[in-house]
Amino acid sequence: MSGNEVGLLSAAGIIAVVLLFIGFYCILVTRNLIRILIGLEVLSKAITLAIVAVGYATHNVGLSQSLAITVIIIEVFVVAVAAGIVINLYRHHESLDTKNIENLKG
Amino acid sequence: MSSLLLMPFFLVAILNLLNTGAVRRYAVVAGIAWSLVQLLWLLFPQSQFSLVGSDFLGRYFPLHLATDGLSVVLLISVGIVGLVTLITGHQTITDEKERFIFINLVLLTMAGLNGLVMVRDLFSLYVYIEVVAVASFVLISLEREKDALEGAFKYLVLSASASMLMLLSIAAILLVCGSTSFDTVNSVLHTAPASPIATLAIALFVGAAFIKGGLVPFHGWLPDAYSSAPAGVSVLLAGIVTKTAGVYTAMRIVASVFGFTPMVKNILLVVGTVSILFGALAALNQKDFRRMLAYSSISQMGYIIIALGTGTALGMAGALFHLFNHAVSKSQLFVNAATVERQTGTRDMTSLGGLGGKMPVTAGTSVVALLSIAGIPPLAGFWSKLIIIIALWQSNHHNYAVIAVVASAITLGYFLLLQRRIFFGKVAPQCDAVKEAGAGLLVPALLLSAIAIGLGVAFPFAVSWFVKVPQSIMNMVAQ
Amino acid sequence: MHWSLDLVLLLVLAGSALWAVMATRLIFSAIGLAFASAVLAVVMFRMASPLAAVIELSVCAGLITAIFISVISLVKHETRGEVEARRGAHLRKYVVLPFLAAILGITLALVTKRQALPQPQALGETDVRNVFWHLRQADLLGQIIMLLVGAFGIVVLFKLRRKT
Repeated sequence: MSGNEVGLLSAAGIIAVVLLFIGFYCILVTRNLIRILIGLEVLSKAITLAIVAVGYATHNVGLSQSLAITVIIIEVFVVAVAAGIVINLYRHHESLDTKNIENLKG
Repeated sequence: MSSLLLMPFFLVAILNLLNTGAVRRYAVVAGIAWSLVQLLWLLFPQSQFSLVGSDFLGRYFPLHLATDGLSVVLLISVGIVGLVTLITGHQTITDEKERFIFINLVLLTMAGLNGLVMVRDLFSLYVYIEVVAVASFVLISLEREKDALEGAFKYLVLSASASMLMLLSIAAILLVCGSTSFDTVNSVLHTAPASPIATLAIALFVGAAFIKGGLVPFHGWLPDAYSSAPAGVSVLLAGIVTKTAGVYTAMRIVASVFGFTPMVKNILLVVGTVSILFGALAALNQKDFRRMLAYSSISQMGYIIIALGTGTALGMAGALFHLFNHAVSKSQLFVNAATVERQTGTRDMTSLGGLGGKMPVTAGTSVVALLSIAGIPPLAGFWSKLIIIIALWQSNHHNYAVIAVVASAITLGYFLLLQRRIFFGKVAPQCDAVKEAGAGLLVPALLLSAIAIGLGVAFPFAVSWFVKVPQSIMNMVAQ
Repeated sequence: MHWSLDLVLLLVLAGSALWAVMATRLIFSAIGLAFASAVLAVVMFRMASPLAAVIELSVCAGLITAIFISVISLVKHETRGEVEARRGAHLRKYVVLPFLAAILGITLALVTKRQALPQPQALGETDVRNVFWHLRQADLLGQIIMLLVGAFGIVVLFKLRRKT
């Protein structure tokens, strides 16, 4: 692995971790249901970046691209179902506030 | 065994292409038939029927699947719980459209679960975990009730977060090992010196599995999801989905991929113990029957994890056996919870009483299930708990063994009190007009109880098989 | 360092993610997310992963943004006054985020300077299509099953008549 690739991999890895931090912070702090989905999407970006960067650095782009594409496709369905649940929750409560989903005692 | 994956998929496709009213009404028959086929293939693997059928489509779709003892136990559990779920859901879901979608989704979930336990690659594991997860979200939201949507959403956020951690782990493993297949990762991790990246990857993956399995401290979503889901769905969730996505994943990655390092074993022992205690104690506090069952499930998952943490063949055997017993008995209890709910109109345990006289079959089968989970001979649950405790003692984890026994005693005491109040004793005013449920809900209950009793009684004769199966898995790891 | 362009792109990616999270109005969050997807696609293209870049662009910057915008439009529209009223409290929650993110990034950069990374294996299979269709068929089947599950999910959540 040339110095170049190591550098880029490290940078991408760091940014991926930072994105993960941003995503988790968003999910934990927000009181808006849709913003939780935004947080999940940011996490997705972090992971996609990490997988592709690793593949690039280890000269394994065939495998890493397959994995990244699969992850993207699966995440679409997760987000679509999540959006559906959020819409139905909105119809019940007329609000997107997360306080409404603290009804069950957990 | 690729047909176990492909057949339910094709079945769903066919059911939806033939869009007549008759097909929609009798789809449940197709679903039940499929579950029985799955069970037959697994229980009689050498018969002509199985040998031809199970690889029938394998020639056209090379899928890199493999089954070993661990997978087989889970495949059988999937078959049993799937069968029971289909029957229960068919009885309890009133809207015809929802019922048809329910059957399709359960079949797809079964396909996903079958795939989950048969793949030999970490990333494929993730793919099938997600398939099962998304199907679960939709199933929980099936009737679009306010509470169900809340439970589904919490489950979704936690499950998706866990998936992200799992994928981060896979990215790290890809960096260190260049591949995600079980064998390659296993050999690379064994020959190369332990690097911090690899250790982090293992911890992340195991942690993600704990979140998906609802172990403490990541159990927050579980009681809400189990109690708010429609009745038939809760059977599927509690009976097999959480076990497979969480506990099986942990077992598989520790046994076949990462190996039983001391760090991993300690994590398993600690998390298992905390889950056992927390689940048992929290269950004491609940008024809602299903919520109580949810906390009890957390406790029992703790037993499986603690058995895995011993790192011995006996521990593995105990874990597997307990997994199967719990699948049978917990499904039983959720089926009966659905029955009681339908006949009495409530889930509040404080308003139930004296149901034994009114609903003898439901009461009897519930007693069998509760005793099996609490670990009373000669039921199957007794043997699995005994094996776990012996495995803990033999591997010098005396403290853990004592805790396991104490928690067992607490659970037993509580369940006996519960039974006495709900099923025996004075008939509560609300329960005066209650009648026993129809055959539809009683058949799965009787079937599950028969398994719990039969396995328990026959166990002394089947001991050798149960220890041999995990031994082969453990030998793989020991090299 | 002739990968400085990539570093800039990565920082823009992090920045647009920050904006997506911190924007007061959700529609701007969705746009920020789409922009982040586009930047990520460029980064991936520069990292020898063109097919993944195209999928990221079309699916994330396209389809998922469309999903977000539809969901946002189905929700009650806020007046400018309501948005302004909310802005203060909202930003106060997130004002610390960019600083924390920057601190995290810099700490990691300093800590991981001298890590030895493993040597790459022999040149792996580079043709994605080959890998995807021939080596990862189990994943492919999983995605097809997921498609069916998703279809049912959409029927349940969007199409079935609302319960009263």
